[in-house]
Amino acid sequence: MRPFTILDGLVAPLDRANVDTDAIIPKQFLKSIKRSGFGPNLFDEWRYLDVGQPRYQGAQILLTRSNFGCGSSREHAPWALDDFGFRAIVGESFADIFFNNCFKNGLLPVVLPAAEIDALFALVEVTPGFRLRVDLPNQVVVRPDGHVIAFDIDAFRKECLIHGLDDIGLSLRHADKIRAFEERRRAEQPWLFA
Amino acid sequence: MPHTLYDKLWASHVVHEEPDGTALVYIDRHLVHEVTSPQAFEGLRMAARRPWRERSIVATADHNTPTTHWDRGIEDPISRQQVETLDANIREFGALAYFPFRDGRQGIVHVIGPEQGATLPGMTVVCGDSHTSTHGAFACLAQGIGTSEVEHVLATQCLLQKKSRNMLVEVAGALQEGVSAKDIALAVIGRIGTAGGTGYAIEYGGEAIRALSMEGRMTLCNMAIEAGARCGLVGADEVTVDYVRGRPFAPRGEMWEQAVSYWKTLNSDEGAAFDQVVRLDACAIEPQVTWGTSPEMVTSIGGVVPDPAREPDPVRREGMARALRYMGLAPGTPMCEIPIDKVFIGSCTNSRIEDLRAAAMVVEGRRVADNVRQALVVPGSGLVKRQAEEEGLDQVFRAAGFEWREPGCSMCLAMNADRLEPGERCASTSNRNFEGRQGAGGRTHLVSPQMAAAAAIVGRFADVRALL
Ligand code: SF4
Repeated sequence: MRPFTILDGLVAPLDRANVDTDAIIPKQFLKSIKRSGFGPNLFDEWRYLDVGQPRYQGAQILLTRSNFGCGSSREHAPWALDDFGFRAIVGESFADIFFNNCFKNGLLPVVLPAAEIDALFALVEVTPGFRLRVDLPNQVVVRPDGHVIAFDIDAFRKECLIHGLDDIGLSLRHADKIRAFEERRRAEQPWLFA
Repeated sequence: MPHTLYDKLWASHVVHEEPDGTALVYIDRHLVHEVTSPQAFEGLRMAARRPWRERSIVATADHNTPTTHWDRGIEDPISRQQVETLDANIREFGALAYFPFRDGRQGIVHVIGPEQGATLPGMTVVCGDSHTSTHGAFACLAQGIGTSEVEHVLATQCLLQKKSRNMLVEVAGALQEGVSAKDIALAVIGRIGTAGGTGYAIEYGGEAIRALSMEGRMTLCNMAIEAGARCGLVGADEVTVDYVRGRPFAPRGEMWEQAVSYWKTLNSDEGAAFDQVVRLDACAIEPQVTWGTSPEMVTSIGGVVPDPAREPDPVRREGMARALRYMGLAPGTPMCEIPIDKVFIGSCTNSRIEDLRAAAMVVEGRRVADNVRQALVVPGSGLVKRQAEEEGLDQVFRAAGFEWREPGCSMCLAMNADRLEPGERCASTSNRNFEGRQGAGGRTHLVSPQMAAAAAIVGRFADVRALL
């Protein structure tokens, strides 16, 4: 997986709450059997919104509101965001499965307090070329005016992202434990293995 | 110390825990469908890995399959490729069971898992599909996962995750006649919102839940994800055990006895602590209808379309106004005055035999209203379809002017040919009313099967209680 450390990127706003994964990548694009190529269809029906405007071309940070990524578990949503060029999503809150899926694809979802998000939307609107610095090792988002906003992240996820570690490889280091667990289960609840 | 059901299920599946609480959780059952699995199998192949335990896998093709003319196969070439890719992947990697397109037992993955006894109490169940929460009705820890996680489970038989918090939704008393599990599900979401359950495992309890059949409990847990919770749960009881008994993959003989005595422990202990408790009164729940583009935008059939101008929060206000523009609705319109164009009875929320019976009871001896262009019944599985036909339900629907289809996801997400046209309004028993979900520009109103049947007959949303 591609590591994520520090990102200094252009910010594109998507000023809506409850953006669902059907809106991020509609189902007619789910028929592919590949992981790539979804970028051109990101927000398919919504390109008329800010996010599709020329001033935000090349944006790597998406700014949004609460419950981003709700709905379907489709990983096509983070694939499409990634393929389009986004590396981080800054919002008030995220839906659970989407949040998880981001980490598997080197995308960083950053949860900030509502007041900070409000301020960021206001700044993006009035500041052409507004950029943010997302510093994962120090767990901070830094505005161009020097204002620093701290964010939380699980230690394990942070470690995996910074080093671009592959989950499967990491988990398989515990193969012996998994096998032992499985054997015990097989003895105690044999019907699960029939 | 007393434990919640979720605590028990979690504790009995943790293989390893990192210092920050991230755990490797063992997975007993892995359900697989064609849309979210191809990239996972491809990843496995590229890394030269094999499934850790292929006999944990139960697979089917459901999202892309047509619901008419099965003799012609799948006409859309891209859908066909996805389904054929699943065929090939199962051939290459193996599975405990595969119900391919046109198999008599094929159907929506969340219908066939329980139906086959492949979902058993106490299991951890995953599927690359958010509505995996359905299986929590069996006191299972059942969760939707992304495709990378599908690959992770294939390769390691484990899921990496942190424990959620506990929420109890307690529904006291008894439901009124004509009010169903779907109405409870929508009423709960109306109360706590679509993000209300984020970070929680929701356990449903109380008399009204105990009184539900397994079908009803599945409907309820199915929509836990619409409340933001990755999993919904109902404790195991006689209803659970009776449903599982005799199913193809259920244990038999001595093992059955052994299993049942374990399953009886799958309830929250008396006095177990929940991080949050939500209480509802069953008898106060009216038949529900959504008016907007999120399941939380819901009211009862006696209600009206709300006025965004009255919403103090600006982001919410704008969201409501946008939803009403999309839905083509004016504030203050009584729900029962909204005419519909189509009716869809189906999806993993409401396509089981009990759902079809409830809808048929309303439809029997009546006709679909003239303004309704299409009324579809799509059974959840081949076995549900067969049983309904044995009971003559197909005849009841057909006689009323409904189309009786082959099983699959169908118009729930419109990946096959069944869809809404722009501007069309649908009474749907599915679970998501997002913009474009049932077809670009389509307008979805979520209701119970009884309410969908009533809408079909009256031609607009109607209180089913007046038709019983
Ligand atoms: S019926 Fe709808 S919600 Fe259920 S699995 Fe199929 S597409 Fe998903």
